[in-house]
Amino acid sequence: MTTTKETRANRYLNPYLGGVLLGLVLLSANFISGRGLGASGAVKSVIAFTIEKADRNAAGKMPFLNEYAESHSGNPLKTWLVFQMLGVVVGGFLSGALAGRLKLKVEHSPGITSRRRLIFALAGGILFGFGSQLGRGCTSGSALSGMAVLSLGGFVTMMAIFGTAFMLAYFFRKNWI
Amino acid sequence: MGPLAPNEIISEDTNFLLAFFIGIAFGWVLESSGFSSSRKLAGVFYGYDAVVLKVFFTAAITAMLGLLFMSLFGWIDLNLVYINPTYLTSAIVGGVVMGAGFIMGGFCPGTSFCGAAIGKIDAMVFIGGLFIGIYGFAFTYGWWEKLYLAKYLGEPKVSEVLGLSDGVFGLLLILVALAMFAVAEWAEKKFPREAY
Repeated sequence: MTTTKETRANRYLNPYLGGVLLGLVLLSANFISGRGLGASGAVKSVIAFTIEKADRNAAGKMPFLNEYAESHSGNPLKTWLVFQMLGVVVGGFLSGALAGRLKLKVEHSPGITSRRRLIFALAGGILFGFGSQLGRGCTSGSALSGMAVLSLGGFVTMMAIFGTAFMLAYFFRKNWI
Repeated sequence: MGPLAPNEIISEDTNFLLAFFIGIAFGWVLESSGFSSSRKLAGVFYGYDAVVLKVFFTAAITAMLGLLFMSLFGWIDLNLVYINPTYLTSAIVGGVVMGAGFIMGGFCPGTSFCGAAIGKIDAMVFIGGLFIGIYGFAFTYGWWEKLYLAKYLGEPKVSEVLGLSDGVFGLLLILVALAMFAVAEWAEKKFPREAY
């Protein structure tokens, strides 16, 4: 019998195989739709949609969302990224279900409380969301997809994301190790 | 031939349907590689689990090489493929803010949806944060507009900027990635990983 640690680790794909598969998914997106993958843009679509429904004038007062609404005529939810992200949730769920990983829980290092983990998750989400709009895309849309098409901006954003996280890792070590 | 949708070989609705299937594959690969776990994702920054680095760079290289070869064979017109524009200042500042969000939150947007899909409450809270952050940016856009639009360089390719052909740059990127993979394998042995 293998140890728990090994059986758990073995349930995941080999990372290099996972990378090739992810690369092929990204390649398909480029070949089929002429664009890369993304994530944060779908959240932005939902926000644009909600604000438009709630108060037409509010959207008009926000040039950032207004510009977005103008470039996506019709329903702001009917965008490529929204359909793609719905797929991500389905795909992630199916993979987790088949591997026996479906479980409602707060995952955190044994050294910290769930409450602390959730506070940092919220703060991290806020920063990531904000940064993804400023940087015109997140790890998927800007860094990964940008690198595949050799975009200078994609490489710069990738280095800024990973470089900053490495530099700050020391200060947040208690949360992870 | 490719890309299919911009060449109007497939309709807009078919494109959206395929986006859903591409998303399923995307979510599947992320989750089965372990990207639904914040502790696995953050591991790369402490050396105990470098799955992010391995998957991310292998994927970038695979897609880059695929596009270069498909273009060489005349299967895809890269002029019709979206190239991310480069606004240098916001690419850096936005990346720095995202990096801080990554080490604090343990997810990026795509991986947080995978985590939430299998029941990670921390991922759901992270997604809540994304909504606040994106709304916050849109709400305060006036303050950042100058920064957002500064140093626009068009859509330069990194290979052009370095004065290399796409092929030579691709080869160099592969060599850099192999060197990083070697460091990653070494680090994973050096820094123990607990069972999680």
